[in-house]
Amino acid sequence: MISSAPHPATPSSDSRSKPCHLSACHFTAFQRRYLREPQTHLHLQLSSWLCYAWDTNEEYLFKAMVAFTMRRYSSKTTTQISNVLLCNVTDRVSFWFVVTDSTKNTTTVPGSEVEAAIRMNRNRINNAFLLSDKTLQFLKIPSTLAPPVEPSTPVWLIVFGVVLCLIVAGIVFLVVAGIQQRKKKNKESTERENLEDKGEVTITIENGIPCETLDLKAGHINGVFSADDERFTSL
Amino acid sequence: MSKDLPIDMPPEAPKEDSRPKWDNKFQYILSCIGFAVGLGNVWRFPYLCQIHGGGAFLIPYFIALIFEGIPLLHLELALGQCLRKGSISAWSAISPYLGGVGVGSWMVSVLVSLYYNTVLTWVMWYFINSFQEPLPWSVCPLNENRTGLNEECYESTAVNYFWYRKTLNITPDITESGTLQWWLVLCLAACWAIVYLCTIRGIETTGKAIYVTAIFPYLVLTIFLIHGLTLPGATEGLAYLFTPDLNVLKNPRVWLDAATQIFFSLSLAFGGLIAFSSYNPPKNDCEKDAVTVAIVNSLTSLYASIPVFSVLGFKATTGYWDCLDRNIISIINEFDLPEQSIMRENYTDWITFLNSSYPEKIAGLKLKSCDLQEFLDQSVSGSGLAFIVFTQAIILMPGSQAWAILFFTMLFSLGLSSMFGNIEGVFTPLLELQIISKSIPKELLSGIICLVSFLIALCFTLSSGSYWIDIFDRYAGSVPLLVIAFFEVTGVVYVYKIKRFSEDVKWMTGRKLNLYWQITWRFISPLLLLVVFVAFVALQIQKPPTYTAWNPKHEDFPMKEEKAYPPWVQAICVLLAVLPCIFVPLVALFQLVKKMWRSKDLSFLSPEVFSCQEVNRNFSHPKK
Repeated sequence: MISSAPHPATPSSDSRSKPCHLSACHFTAFQRRYLREPQTHLHLQLSSWLCYAWDTNEEYLFKAMVAFTMRRYSSKTTTQISNVLLCNVTDRVSFWFVVTDSTKNTTTVPGSEVEAAIRMNRNRINNAFLLSDKTLQFLKIPSTLAPPVEPSTPVWLIVFGVVLCLIVAGIVFLVVAGIQQRKKKNKESTERENLEDKGEVTITIENGIPCETLDLKAGHINGVFSADDERFTSL
Repeated sequence: MSKDLPIDMPPEAPKEDSRPKWDNKFQYILSCIGFAVGLGNVWRFPYLCQIHGGGAFLIPYFIALIFEGIPLLHLELALGQCLRKGSISAWSAISPYLGGVGVGSWMVSVLVSLYYNTVLTWVMWYFINSFQEPLPWSVCPLNENRTGLNEECYESTAVNYFWYRKTLNITPDITESGTLQWWLVLCLAACWAIVYLCTIRGIETTGKAIYVTAIFPYLVLTIFLIHGLTLPGATEGLAYLFTPDLNVLKNPRVWLDAATQIFFSLSLAFGGLIAFSSYNPPKNDCEKDAVTVAIVNSLTSLYASIPVFSVLGFKATTGYWDCLDRNIISIINEFDLPEQSIMRENYTDWITFLNSSYPEKIAGLKLKSCDLQEFLDQSVSGSGLAFIVFTQAIILMPGSQAWAILFFTMLFSLGLSSMFGNIEGVFTPLLELQIISKSIPKELLSGIICLVSFLIALCFTLSSGSYWIDIFDRYAGSVPLLVIAFFEVTGVVYVYKIKRFSEDVKWMTGRKLNLYWQITWRFISPLLLLVVFVAFVALQIQKPPTYTAWNPKHEDFPMKEEKAYPPWVQAICVLLAVLPCIFVPLVALFQLVKKMWRSKDLSFLSPEVFSCQEVNRNFSHPKK
């Protein structure tokens, strides 16, 4: 009797069951922690997860899959479907199975070998029954967990880069706008000062005294008579 | 022709031209509301409601609002608007001996800004991690040899693991500092860059940003409200939250929590509100503003607690169903019963039947007792609510990425609008100090503030950083505020004299101060603050301060380990609490000494304590 003690499946936090659709069978994970006596014990969950009824035909398929698995593993072409024996099938679709070796009379293939073989072809067996590691449990055979797919650059770094670029662009824009505004303000205030000077100049012209005479480059200024060079006496 | 003065300039430059002002009244109100409405409205108020008897908590809460919150808020807004200065200069103007109050509130704003932005860093980290499928906090990573899940994650939950290990990378003890976590440093830099971007020119830029950051959270809360109410178990959560238990009113702790919650929720005594209202035109109805802001803040807390508790009810119900399902599967496995024979509805019947027929087998299964009430009782507040409980609930919702992104953007906006107030409380007084020359552009000053704050806040990105943030939150952001607020009220009422202040407020609002304000300002609010302060300190001193540490090697893991603070950390706690408060007597003493020293010099004139109307005499309406 092959015995492989049942091994608890990997737990999952999601235990919702979905209704069964014939077109696409979705199987969500379920939690099962279960330890029994050391026998080969196969667990399946019916009705919620299987899209088909479990009958003798399905059992035949199972035997065929196990035989196929043994053949692939040990490269022996002698394992027949009749070598796989199922016993204690319950309504819940759980049963024991053993694999006998026809080359050596009435001996069973060691549990470890069966385990290794099934582990190798787990995917094929799962797919044959349209189930997954979690819904088709071989107790005592842990599934090697597939590592999650990790992109070369973590996604968060990309998002962070985008956010940072936006922020830096905003800061640069505001700083430059501020500098430009300040330059404009300075220019405006110098223009205003120039306007004041021009105002004085026009006043002097309006007063009838041309400013060119005050131009120091031409002419000669009499130091005695040039009083304050900026102001004229007010009228 | 006189050419003494340019012709086109008016005789006197009005003072208002140089001081920035709000674009419109709505911007100002929105800024005050944004400052007041923060993360505490979402993750502290619902928790207090839950643990203090549900609907019954609203009674002490509204009493505290009427007798403490609204009067203090009105006082601060009126003060800032009247004196048109930041906190330090305003309090020095009220009385030179009260200058320490301004310095104290400036100090508190600095300390709070430092750690508050680090909380926003965590929010940002979760935000940028919400763009993945599946969400990183929903699955446990594998261990080294890929035979199973990571042990720490497996023992606790994936959500806990992501928070404590992947985000904080927390050490088991506050004395073990660990190293800087580079991903948090990056997020911290981004957060301070965002703060700089928004506060670069003071209220000119925050005034524009506030339209988004203050209004967006309400939109998201509404979306969560609608979605939350459709989730299964929402009604249980809401019933649990709001079912009043009037017995709690006999417990003084409830009253204390209500008073402190109102006080801290309105962001009083930070100096930020004074800064905001100082940019107002003096003739503005600050009384109406204060009442509006306070009521909106409280209503927001109530409004936020509805989606929060719908989601928590949903999470509790889902947890309860998971517990039931696990037990059901164990029983089905054990007894080899057909599928679907035991459902959640008839679980209790089956259990009683099986217990009577096969008690040993049932006992051997070690079934967990599933009680919905127990799941609902798991109350959390603070960062635990957002980063552990809520993230867990989000995983269970379809379309988790969208909900996570919405949720964390909302938290970020809430926190950011409060940061504006904090930074304004730091920025405005600095602008008015004589030390800072007028030639330094605002952009540079705000840049320096943000850069220095970023460098200091790096210590919160160490592995032990979150323990330090708890310390800052408990000691720097609590006791000093109560002290400063107490001195604010007594300073205005008894030093500046309430009669003069009433005249000023009357000048500003156009209405006489009614009896409510007179009574609350003179007696009720200072008394209430004193009682709250004494009770608060008494509670803190009662037992030596402890903290809970995440220690994977602890025997009770995943329960957190309770540890006491080492003496040097306790000294820092005391320092944080005392430092802002110490400025009040220090500055008063300094001024006293200065006065005594100067009184020997006969030319020294006593400083004039002026009133608002004199300050604003030159302020003329543009049309005049």
